[in-house]
Amino acid sequence: MKILKNAVAGTLESSDLFVQIEPDENNLTLEIDSVVANQHMDAIRAAVLETLKEFEVSSGKIFIKDKGALDCVIRARVETALKRGGVQES
Amino acid sequence: MNKLLASVKEAIEKTGLKDGMTISFHHHMRNGDYVLNMVLAEAAAMGIKNLTVNASSIFDVHEPIIEHIKNKVVTGLECNYMGGKVGKAISEGILEKPVVFRSHGGRAGDMENGSSKIDIAFIAAPCADHMGNCSGKYGPSACGSLGYAFSDAMHAKKTVVLTDHLVPYPLKDSSIAEGYIDYVVEVEQIGDPTRIVSGTTKITRDPVGLRIAALAAKVVKHSGYLKDGFSFQTGAGGASLAVAKYVEEMMEKDHIKGSFCMGGITGYLVDMANKGYFETILDVQCFDLKAIESIRENPKHQEISAMRYASPAAKSAAVDSLDVVILGATQVDTDFNVNVHTDSNGYIMGGSGGHCDTAAGAKLAIVVAPLIRARLPLIVDHVLCKSTPGDTIDVIVTQRGIAVNPKRAELKEKLVKAGLPVKDISELKAIAEEITGVPKEIKRGDRVVANVLYRDGTLLDTIKNTI
Repeated sequence: MKILKNAVAGTLESSDLFVQIEPDENNLTLEIDSVVANQHMDAIRAAVLETLKEFEVSSGKIFIKDKGALDCVIRARVETALKRGGVQES
Repeated sequence: MNKLLASVKEAIEKTGLKDGMTISFHHHMRNGDYVLNMVLAEAAAMGIKNLTVNASSIFDVHEPIIEHIKNKVVTGLECNYMGGKVGKAISEGILEKPVVFRSHGGRAGDMENGSSKIDIAFIAAPCADHMGNCSGKYGPSACGSLGYAFSDAMHAKKTVVLTDHLVPYPLKDSSIAEGYIDYVVEVEQIGDPTRIVSGTTKITRDPVGLRIAALAAKVVKHSGYLKDGFSFQTGAGGASLAVAKYVEEMMEKDHIKGSFCMGGITGYLVDMANKGYFETILDVQCFDLKAIESIRENPKHQEISAMRYASPAAKSAAVDSLDVVILGATQVDTDFNVNVHTDSNGYIMGGSGGHCDTAAGAKLAIVVAPLIRARLPLIVDHVLCKSTPGDTIDVIVTQRGIAVNPKRAELKEKLVKAGLPVKDISELKAIAEEITGVPKEIKRGDRVVANVLYRDGTLLDTIKNTI
């Protein structure tokens, strides 16, 4: 599946995250900035990558500003951004 | 005799401020303070170096001190609290000599017993006469209590009062008397009144905060201390104030008359006293405008010094008569040690203030905090900084349960009997980690950037640089 258009989801409130996605035909770019990077970066990255995999998205630009969101919130925000970006549920 | 000088520069000259000396400041102007920056800028312009600044607290408004540290005007820093802006620079290691952190009581005590020497104290006074009698209750920059400035005035070799409201001699209701004051300087403004205090302090509307506060109030009730003569301290944070509200409801229902409330005073505590729930307010610092108005006009509302409040060097202090204190925490460990100095990444963003003093003095010290903040569990194996020793903390209250210090078996039994959700502290830790995942331990450097002294002057912990 492909990201068809730019989209965003989430907020910059504490315990939430803001995700921004853009189409890219060839490469997958994932940038994560998190207030809990030192403590939880691996888990945040894994949650994002798993959600992308669920939607069979293998290319696109994903920018995340995380304010300490739990895994379930990360998955929900990324899912919403993907759907807004034109990705169909597989 | 003429004590009135024309400028800060003249005061620096007359007091003989020289390289290597220690100068002190108090923080009742809070984040609106102009005086610390004003004095340091003048000292820097005069080419003075190697000063040690002993300020009861450093706020973000004092950010210019970072430049003075870089330029070696300031080479030593001692305080009881440090805001995030200066805290970040210190954590990153800009100051060669470690910062000395004390508590509010410890700072006053160390001045009293002579282990902390002040060469020149600069007192920001919202009103003063030309002989130095001064008060925080009057004037355009009124801040209420001058509690933390008393020990500076009494123990410094020289004391300078800076005021923006000079009144004819004698000031009719002075807090610090002329006998301690060497010089008086009239300046245009000692602070920004809109930032000295918040207009009003409000109770939280956050449901998690309210749940924690309601549980904490039940702990107070079932501990057995909520009876006639009850004394109480709580902070100005939204959740701490909510505890006061729930405690008030219980006092009303059970017709309980308390003896005193203390600490940083808010309008909410003033209202409780005026409704008859407390006989007296002991005020070391005013947090809002209503508290300032009250300390000026209400005979029940007494100004107290830091010594009277919490000094371990005094024969007794008010904290020794305190029943219950409500405290905050950024981290708590499984031994009940509390961190209020650093954030979870190890950056300095606070300090003890009266935390360890009241915890040591109060019969019941309750820490209220959410179990999880932004994916970080409150409870850890080891706090990044031990600000208050665990053996002085009795109860931790979170929205998911209450942990009682194993040393207080009798208290634990009472709370269990009352049906409160008492859990083992490691159980609370596990609940949080199940939701957030186990956080990785952060790495820190091996340079000591701050020494944290306990209220009796002994070394409690060190803070290492961030990397």
